[in-house]
Amino acid sequence: MVEPVETAAEQAPLIEPGHTFRSVTDKISAVVLAGKTPRGWLVGFGVSFALAMVLLTSVSYLLMRGTGIWGVNIPVGWGFAIINFVWWIGIGHAGTLISAILLLLRQEWRTSINRFAEAMTLFAVACAGLYPIIHMGRPWLAYWLVPYPNTMGVWPNFRSPLVWDVFAVSTYATVSLLFWFIGLIPDLATLRDRSPSRIGRAVYGILAMGWRGSARHWYRYETAYLLLAGLSTPLVVSVHTIVSFDFAVSIIPGWHATIFPPYFVAGAIYAGFAMVMMIAIPLRRFYGLEDFLTMRHLDNMARVMLATGLFVAYGYMMETFTAWYSANTYEQFMMHNRFAGPYAPVYWSLILCNVVVPQLLWFARVRAHVTALFIISVIVSIGMWLERFIIVVTSLHRDFLPSSWGMYYPTMWDWSTYIGTMGLFLALLFLFVRFLPMISIFEMRTLLPEAEVTEEPA
Amino acid sequence: MIRRPPIYGLMAEFSDPNELVAAARRAHEAGYRRMDAYTPFPVEELAEAMGIHRTRLPFLVLMGGIAGALAGYGLAYWTSVIDYPLNVGGRPFNSVPSFIPVTFETTVLFAALTAVLGLLAINGLPMPYHPVFNVPRFALASQDRFFLCIEATDPLFDREHTRRFLERLVPRAVSEVEH
Repeated sequence: MVEPVETAAEQAPLIEPGHTFRSVTDKISAVVLAGKTPRGWLVGFGVSFALAMVLLTSVSYLLMRGTGIWGVNIPVGWGFAIINFVWWIGIGHAGTLISAILLLLRQEWRTSINRFAEAMTLFAVACAGLYPIIHMGRPWLAYWLVPYPNTMGVWPNFRSPLVWDVFAVSTYATVSLLFWFIGLIPDLATLRDRSPSRIGRAVYGILAMGWRGSARHWYRYETAYLLLAGLSTPLVVSVHTIVSFDFAVSIIPGWHATIFPPYFVAGAIYAGFAMVMMIAIPLRRFYGLEDFLTMRHLDNMARVMLATGLFVAYGYMMETFTAWYSANTYEQFMMHNRFAGPYAPVYWSLILCNVVVPQLLWFARVRAHVTALFIISVIVSIGMWLERFIIVVTSLHRDFLPSSWGMYYPTMWDWSTYIGTMGLFLALLFLFVRFLPMISIFEMRTLLPEAEVTEEPA
Repeated sequence: MIRRPPIYGLMAEFSDPNELVAAARRAHEAGYRRMDAYTPFPVEELAEAMGIHRTRLPFLVLMGGIAGALAGYGLAYWTSVIDYPLNVGGRPFNSVPSFIPVTFETTVLFAALTAVLGLLAINGLPMPYHPVFNVPRFALASQDRFFLCIEATDPLFDREHTRRFLERLVPRAVSEVEH
């Protein structure tokens, strides 16, 4: 029998020993309450903000000229806008997974990463939500998506996945925001009580809403938090399921597949964990949070990435198998076109990024190597973007009739919009790190040995 | 109208959750009911020690979810069957499977909103002023100290007697809470 070997990362603690309630509070709130803004933060925020301005410029030009500035046309009407929408919203899902599903599964290691992962969710959903709106052609009529009594006397078509999407994404954004805010309240109270400046006390005080840590309040708080986690868990699965319905409910070859919902959800978590890793690694280094974001966390995240990566690989395999087994000419051609058509280099890069490279995570030595983890996360993020490119573009560009075939090439404005949303995402993340505690302080306190109540009278 | 007591209550400060739970239990056993404990993180054992057993919140959230489900399905049904029946690809006006995604989302939305607003409402937040903040050291309740406050409205409350009772629990300090 083979004895399971405990790796160094598995033995690593969730919090380095020697911390107390006070030191945890000091360490995490110091990032926010420090009077002087670190130079690195200013540079990072400046660059991100400049990129966010690229987004502003791109969207302004789009509003002036229309979607013709992008590479979309018939037959490929869904270019970067939908690729990026699915990519961003998928990234957001890891935040909800960490905050809700891992809470229900009593995975205590989530405590160090849930706060900034939830913030990441919100910012990613903000970037995602932008795309379908600017893709509409007449974005100023976006409110037509909402069912409201109007003089035209019509209603949205509730049989359409695009209307489901509106409900799913807006519910997801709202519930994520609520979940994040409820989690923040006790920490906002800590900042209110510690802030050296009058403005800080006033702003954090208003946001904390008079939270005083009463036992009765905590009791209801814990109940509400658990209920929200229970509600968010099916919600996150439903959101990406509905996003996949945008494709699967159609009859386009390569989209009309029942494997889409689970395969999309797994891909979302995969991409999301890669993004959490890409944020966590620089943060812990820059702010010296290695005590709270230990190797154990990185190891666990790497394992989740490996597992979801295998789900995704299974999805690619089954897509190919189904195309062959269906004996349907169009499905078979679609697969052949992916393997050897004009976008074949993209397809094989995707397989390399999403299937081949992440196999390195089987090795404990790779999972314990911070730089390697960062690089693999970047590769997975690229791979998941390429996956959405393949799904959107290869199915559309050559469908049933060769007379309606065409090619899709992104333009400069496609790229500038995409890079611009990255700027927006990073700028929001920089602001979050500076003004709110990036790790949940009160939940970290509960992990300390001194928080344990043994009921021995003192 | 009940006469307002001269002070809000008496507050004892502890440096350890164990001490606070033990103190809360003793106070509950001594018959004090109008009291509250303040901690920098949730302490499960406290609720039990203070005799807090249930909250209405889960029931409210269930009701919110049911209302959301009815609202979501009702919206899809009323618009597609009654107000503007439209033949889309030969599907029935009441396309049950197609209406489920929206119904599901509104169920979650209403339930989550009920959980959050219900939590704030039952906890009485936002609360711009509360007497416990008049104790200067209470700022530590959100950091690393644990407080037990017996309120003056408790029938057993007596300024001298209750103070002696709290001091017997060996806290770090006992202070009066001004209104």
